[in-house]
Amino acid sequence: MTTTQTFPLKQETDIVVVRQQVRKAAEQARLGLVSQTKIVTAASEIARNALIYGGGGECRIEQQMRDGRTAVCLIISDQGPGIEDLDKAMVDGYTSGNGLGLGLSGARRLVDDFVIRSEPGNGTVVELWKWR
Amino acid sequence: MVDRIPILKMGQYLLLSIQVDMHDQLAIDLQEDLTEQIVRHKAKGVLIDISSLEIVDSFIGRMLAHIANVSRILDAKVIVVGMQPAVAITLVELGLSLEGIATALNVEKGMRWLERTVDRDMSLEPESDDDTDISAEAGN
Repeated sequence: MTTTQTFPLKQETDIVVVRQQVRKAAEQARLGLVSQTKIVTAASEIARNALIYGGGGECRIEQQMRDGRTAVCLIISDQGPGIEDLDKAMVDGYTSGNGLGLGLSGARRLVDDFVIRSEPGNGTVVELWKWR
Repeated sequence: MVDRIPILKMGQYLLLSIQVDMHDQLAIDLQEDLTEQIVRHKAKGVLIDISSLEIVDSFIGRMLAHIANVSRILDAKVIVVGMQPAVAITLVELGLSLEGIATALNVEKGMRWLERTVDRDMSLEPESDDDTDISAEAGN
């Protein structure tokens, strides 16, 4: 069974909507409370990145099966400038803006699987997975 | 959507309870409102209840740290109370330890900590009875 919903990330308040929808999806996938909180927090970090650094984008929320477990999969994408050096961007404390530099590295620690694809000029796509 | 978090004054303290999922601008406005009210009311302590917050991400974490820092400089103590356990676990894993921010399990314990800390501070200031700060008075 796969359900997919897509939400825009065009303005700050869209981050709140994405958080609420991810929470709903995590509840439907019957994730535990801590897992729900982790995936919602990770979504918040990555969605803010897409908005601030990527100039906006969208968040796709899917319920999937992964190795026989119910999983929530989020695909957050933007068409921004992309990330020059992915390895550097994944390090705690590294920031190109004025944040804490915890967004990418922190979000990766909060989820069960984390995939990032980005090239300069071609935007960034982040996949976040959390399963039961 | 809510566009302001109410701040309540009680004696020398300010109390606020964040009960909505804050968008970033709301958090920024709260910082500014609170700073302004600390000065206006000459508040000695601030209690922030986050028991209704279902997540604290790096942005909200940074806001709390910022509030604590600014308040300290303005001579007001800050305590954050009521963080949900799942939020605390997530926050640590995210990499935010909220160092330097006093926390308590609930409002009652937080209030007692504020009273104790502020009282102790006052007793260390022998001249606090005739505390007429001319520059502050002139600003009113």
